[in-house]
Amino acid sequence: MDRPFGMLAELTYACPLHCPYCSNPLNLADYKDELDTEEWQRVLSEARALGVLQLHLSGGEPLQRRDLVEIVACARGLGFYTNLITSALGLSRRRAEELKSAGLDHVQISIQAEEQSLSDRIAGTPSYERKIAAARMVKEMDWPLTMNVVIHRHNIDRMGRILDLAERLGADRIELANTQYYGWARRNRAALLPTRAQLDRAEEVVREARGRLRDVMEIIYVIPDYYSKYPKPCMGGWGKNQLTVTPNGNVLPCPAAHTLELPRATVRESSLASIWAESPLFNRFRGTDWMPDPCRSCDRREVDFGGCRCQAFQLTGDAARTDPVCHLSPDHEIVAEVVRTANQEENRDEDELVPRVMTVRGSNLPTADISENERSMS
Amino acid sequence: MSITVQATNRPRLARLVRLEWDNVRESHVLLAPEGVLVLNRTGATILRLCDGERTVEEIVEELRTKYDRVSGDEVGDFIGKLAARRWVVLGDG
Repeated sequence: MDRPFGMLAELTYACPLHCPYCSNPLNLADYKDELDTEEWQRVLSEARALGVLQLHLSGGEPLQRRDLVEIVACARGLGFYTNLITSALGLSRRRAEELKSAGLDHVQISIQAEEQSLSDRIAGTPSYERKIAAARMVKEMDWPLTMNVVIHRHNIDRMGRILDLAERLGADRIELANTQYYGWARRNRAALLPTRAQLDRAEEVVREARGRLRDVMEIIYVIPDYYSKYPKPCMGGWGKNQLTVTPNGNVLPCPAAHTLELPRATVRESSLASIWAESPLFNRFRGTDWMPDPCRSCDRREVDFGGCRCQAFQLTGDAARTDPVCHLSPDHEIVAEVVRTANQEENRDEDELVPRVMTVRGSNLPTADISENERSMS
Repeated sequence: MSITVQATNRPRLARLVRLEWDNVRESHVLLAPEGVLVLNRTGATILRLCDGERTVEEIVEELRTKYDRVSGDEVGDFIGKLAARRWVVLGDG
C-alpha cells in the first residue's frame, strides 16, 4: 500500500472571513469539539510514522488556534515541511516571529482580488489592507510566500492585475485556482462559474505571464473542472498520497469526503495508521477495482482515477459513478447544462453571492434548504 | 521540462525547499511547498553538493571520486529538471 506524503490539518473551522466560495462543510456546529494540543501532537507523530512529510495547516483560519506555534514547533521537531494556509488576519509581527522561530517553512496568504473594495466585498469583511501588509511582512522576514486567489466570475477578468500585484509583493508562487463547488460554494455555483469567454481570456493572460515571469514567480492556474474534457485526478488517487484531518479529528481521503455515506473514521477512536490501511472510508475507492464503466476500461483510469468521488455523489447521488465532469460519463449532461446556463447572457449578473454565515453552537443550520448532494438532478 | 545547465553554473537549493532524511522511507527527500521528491543515493549526493559554491563541473568531478560511472549529461539533466521546478537555483556561471 502507498504511504501518504501530505496531510491537510484543518485545525479549526472558525474564520473571520465570509467567502461565498467557502468549501468547508455546511454543518460547522458538528466540528466545535476540536482536538486539543496534545491530541494534535499525537496525530502529527502518528502521521510522520506513517510517512507524511508535508503538513498543510489550514482551517477555517488556523491563526485562530492559540496553540498554533506549539503545533508548528512539534511538527518541525518531527521533520515535517510546514505550510501555513491563512487569510493573514491575526498574523501580527509578534505571532509571525514566534512562528518563524518555531520553524514554519512556508506561508500561503489568500487575497480575494487585487483591489480593496472588491477583495473586502468578496471576503465579507474589511481585510485587504491587512492581508497586503502581512504579505509584505512575510517577505521582509525572508519567508517563502505563496499568494492564493480563488478565481470566479467576479475576479477572473482581473487576473492580469492580480498577477501584477503578486509580482510587486515579491511572491515566490501564485495559485489562481478556480472555485471548487463543494460546501458553501455549491450554493453559489450559478453566481461563481465563469463563462467560456472569460476562461479563454484568462488562459491567454496566464500564458503571457508564465513566459514573462518565468524566472520570478511560479504560476499555478487551475481551470474550473466543469469546463474540462476529463475530470481532475482527485487527490492523486483515493487514499494514495494524501489525507485530511478535520478539527474534531475525523480522518478523510479528501476534504470534501465527509459528504459521502461511509462510516466515519476518527483519531479519537483509532490510530491514523489503521484508518489509512483498514478503514472502509479509505478502502472503498482505492485502486481501480471499484470502477464502473466507462472508467474501468478507460486508458486514463490511472491518470484521473475516475475523477472526484465527492462530485460524483453530489451530482448523481452515487459516489461510485464516473465523475460527471468527464465527457465520457453517462451523467455528463448534468454538468453540460450548468455550463450552458452560465453562458447564457440573460442569466448573467442576476445571481447574488451569498456570503458564508457562521453557525453558532446549537443553532439551526442557515442552509437547511440546501442539500449537499443533488440526487434530484439525476 | 528541463533547463539547460552550463558546466560553470553554481547551483544551490532554492530557499523554499529542504533536503531531509526520511527515516520512514529510508531515503533522502526534497521537501517543497507542493511536492516531495524521494531521492536515490546519487540524487541526494548531487543535491548535497549544490551549495552555490561548486560549479556543475566540480560537482561532476567530485561524484567521479565516489562512483564508477558518472555521466556529466545526466547530472546536468537532473539539476536542470529541478531548476525548471524552481527547486534548484542555477547560480551564475
